[in-house]
This record gives sequence, structure tokens and C-alpha cells, in this order.
Amino acid sequence: MSFVTVRDLFQTYDNRPIIERVNLDVDEGEFISIVGASGCGKSTFLRLLLAQERPSRGEIRIDGAEPAREPGLDRGIVFQRYSVFPHMTVRDNIVAGESFRSGWGRFFGEKSRAARERADRTLARIGLDHVADNYPATLSGGMQQRLAIAQALAAKPRVLLLDEPFGALDPGTRVSMHDFLQDLRAETGMTVFMVTHDLEEAFKLGDRVLVFDKPRWDPHDPSRYGATITYDFDARNGGIPYQTLKEASHVPQPA
Amino acid sequence: MRLINIKPGPALALFLVLLPFAAVMIAYAMGSDIRLTENPSDKLLPAPGTIGDTMMRLLTEGDRRTGRILFWHDTWASLQRLWLGIAISASVGLVFGLLIGLFPLVRNLLSQFVAVLSMIPPLALLPILFIVFGLGELSKVVLIVVGTLPFIIRDLSQRTLEIPQELLVKAQTLGASSWVIAIRVALPQVMPRLIQAVRLSLGPAWLFLIAAEAIAADLGLGYRIFLVRRYLAMDVILTYVIWITLLAFAMDWLLRWASRRVYPWAEEGL
Repeated sequence: MSFVTVRDLFQTYDNRPIIERVNLDVDEGEFISIVGASGCGKSTFLRLLLAQERPSRGEIRIDGAEPAREPGLDRGIVFQRYSVFPHMTVRDNIVAGESFRSGWGRFFGEKSRAARERADRTLARIGLDHVADNYPATLSGGMQQRLAIAQALAAKPRVLLLDEPFGALDPGTRVSMHDFLQDLRAETGMTVFMVTHDLEEAFKLGDRVLVFDKPRWDPHDPSRYGATITYDFDARNGGIPYQTLKEASHVPQPA
Repeated sequence: MRLINIKPGPALALFLVLLPFAAVMIAYAMGSDIRLTENPSDKLLPAPGTIGDTMMRLLTEGDRRTGRILFWHDTWASLQRLWLGIAISASVGLVFGLLIGLFPLVRNLLSQFVAVLSMIPPLALLPILFIVFGLGELSKVVLIVVGTLPFIIRDLSQRTLEIPQELLVKAQTLGASSWVIAIRVALPQVMPRLIQAVRLSLGPAWLFLIAAEAIAADLGLGYRIFLVRRYLAMDVILTYVIWITLLAFAMDWLLRWASRRVYPWAEEGL
């Protein structure tokens, strides 16, 4: 039995099919890259995985559990933007990953102190300890995304979803973010889905690369048919040359 | 060089800021002078010196009957009404704004209702308020609340709706309940907007306060202005108007300062 199971998934907006008949089995710990042209339902698929939307037909199960009706603790998400809380300091953003599930959304007393210490250790590991008391708006794009990933991981989700997480970053920062993500993954063995526009990034990071495309095309009515998974590449070491081309980073690494 | 690219230096900037104030004062002094040379007992535009004397008298001398300095009592009475009204509006508006903005069920229930309510001209309700709540403090406070609350609710619910969906989804993936999202995500995000909304409401609040005081009161800045109008005491009226303007400006400045101080992360030009 696979970890994430997608069965006969359809999503339709106002009679306009977006996703058709998607079937997918993902094992625990796999890194899935999702690529495809704009408007091909990649982000819709991610929203369905997140349970931010409910599918018109079909279902998504994680570890055999009932399909989720709303986003919850088992799925973590990092968006391209707006992924951290601007009104909390960097440290509080990490603490929020643990404290939001409690009744008041915050810890008190001893518990709060312990959570702050854990947060400080996390920040030290991701190289953000020197800005722990700053607000996210003062951070660079790469630092904000590192914070967002760390925050999502602080909640210990079973599946991590990344929606073009590095889309707004410059190429150098992007490469160091790849290393950061690969390190975290080696450490946690987490199941990851990442939507990206960057094919190289998809093959470099992913174990599998899924391509979303429309298998049928009506030239008189382009929105007649939806997209589905048209290719499922094995991108692990040896399968695809991209894997062996991991950039020797000449880029300064985060401490 | 294009006009849009010409920026004043610090000295010129200060001069430009002060220029309209000085222009108004000079224009007033000239107008007053012209009228007073024509008719020394003219009451319409008292000389600036007369206003200054009146100001000193009002600020320091007690009432002949009671010995109270009415100016400060008027100020205190008006500020109490104003703050009470604004405080009620702000807290009720905050709660309803969050409820409407966050919960689709409440939005369906209330947002159209509030939109219709906000179209009622508050001053048209004033007679009803006097009849229902009597001529005392309550009707004046209620008028301020009625006048400012619908705007604050609509503004805050709109601001709550403008919170990026991503943040609400993110909070859910961290396991936050609706309650936690309300108090830990939405509330802090709209607090600076609440201060903004209160600042914008201060103008209408003063308007309703003075209108209510003009009609029925025995103390208050608006009451005094409308009382001395009968004697054409322009010097007193102008003193009070200047004082009200200063108070309103100080409140606005204080709120802006507080907002910057307490919510440094909200850098939308407050």
C-alpha cells in the first residue's frame, strides 16, 4: 500500500475541466517534482493535495486515512509568497509551528521558554539566528523562504507541499536553497511534492518528475479537456543525467 | 528638469508647510483690519489681539456664577463623550469586522445588513435617540456610535478579507483552530487597520458630537459654540474652533504614533 494514494481525481470549475482522471501512488519519503505549462492544473493538483479544495470526483488518501476535508497538521505548505506571518518575529514564526495547535495558539511559562529554545536551535541550523528578533519583512527572499520551510517543518507534517517555493529567488540563492532543502530531506526523510517551472530544478531535486499536460486537445475549444499526468519520469541517480550534474556551488552557503 | 522631479530641500519644505497657515492668518488679519477701520464695533472678524485676550480669559478665569473655568469643563465633557463613543465603536467594530471577514456564514448573515445600515444618515436618527435615550449623555454617545460603527465594521471586514489566503491556509496546516486563526493571525493583522479606521472616523465623530451638543446639552464644546452664537461672540467661537481643531489633530497624531510604535511590521504608509 502506497503512502499517498490518488484515485481517479477530477477537478472541474464551472463545467471547465482542469484535471482529469489523475492516478498516482507515492511511497513514503519520495520527492515528487511536478512540472507543466502554465494553466495545466499543477497548482490545482497541489491545492487538492493540501485539501484547500475538494475534488469534483475521486479522492486523495494519505497513509490510508479518510480524504481530508480541510488543510490540517498532516500537510505542510510553503507558498511562493506570503508564507510566513509578517506580524511575528522570525523566532515567533518558528514557535508558531508548534504553538498554533494549542487552545490559545501560544505557549505560556516553561513551555514557551522551551519552545523558544527549540526555535533558536532551528534558527541556528538554518542560519537565521542573527535575525531571530526581526520581522520577516526585513529578510531577503531566500531567508524568508528558508524560514517558511523551517516553520512548516516545525509542525512535523507527514507530507510537505511546495508551491514554486524558489520561483522568486535569484539563481545563486536558488542553488543554495536546493542544498538546504536536500540537507533537510536527508535528515527528515519527508515525503515532498514540489511544483516548479524550472525543469532543471525538478530533475535535480526530485526522485520522480510528473508532467501535467492535456492529452486531448480541441483546437476550437481549448478549455474543453483537462490535464492529467502524461509522463512520470524516474529522476533518481543514474536514471537521468541531471542528477549527476549537481552544481558544485561556488555560491556562498548559509552558515 | 520636469516638475515631478523637483524636490524641496529641508528649509524650503518647512517654508512650504508653514506657508498656507501663515497665508490664512495674514488674510484674516487683513480682513479683520479692513472691517474694524470701517466700523470699530464690528463683531464679525474680531482682531487677532482680541481673540488672544478672549482666549486668555476663557482659559484662566472662572465663571462669574459658579467660579468654574467653563472652558476646561466643556473640554472634559466633550472628550468623555467622544472617547466613549469611539471606544465602543472601535471594539464592537473590531469584533464584527473580524467575524464578517473570517466566517462566510456570518458574512452572508450580516454584510448586506451592515451595508444597508451604513446608509442611514445618523443625524436623521438624532430625534429618535433623544426620545429613546433622553437628553443626557447616553444619546450623544449613541449618536457617535451610530455614526461611526457601520464604517468601522465595513472597513475592518474588508481588511480581514484582504488578508492573503496563503496565511490562513498556512495557519491551518500548523493545526490552528478558527479561534486561533482569529486571535493570532487575523486580529494582529487588522489592528493597525483599526487604528487607521478610528483615525478616519474621528472627523465624523466630532461632527456628530457637536451636532448632538448643539441641540441638547448643558456643557460641552459644541454646546458653548452654539450658545455664544446668540451674542455674535466670534472671539469665543473662534477660540473654541481653534481648540477643537488642535484636539482633533493631536488625537490623529497620537494614534498614528501609537500605530507605528506598536505595529512596526505594518509599513503601509500609516
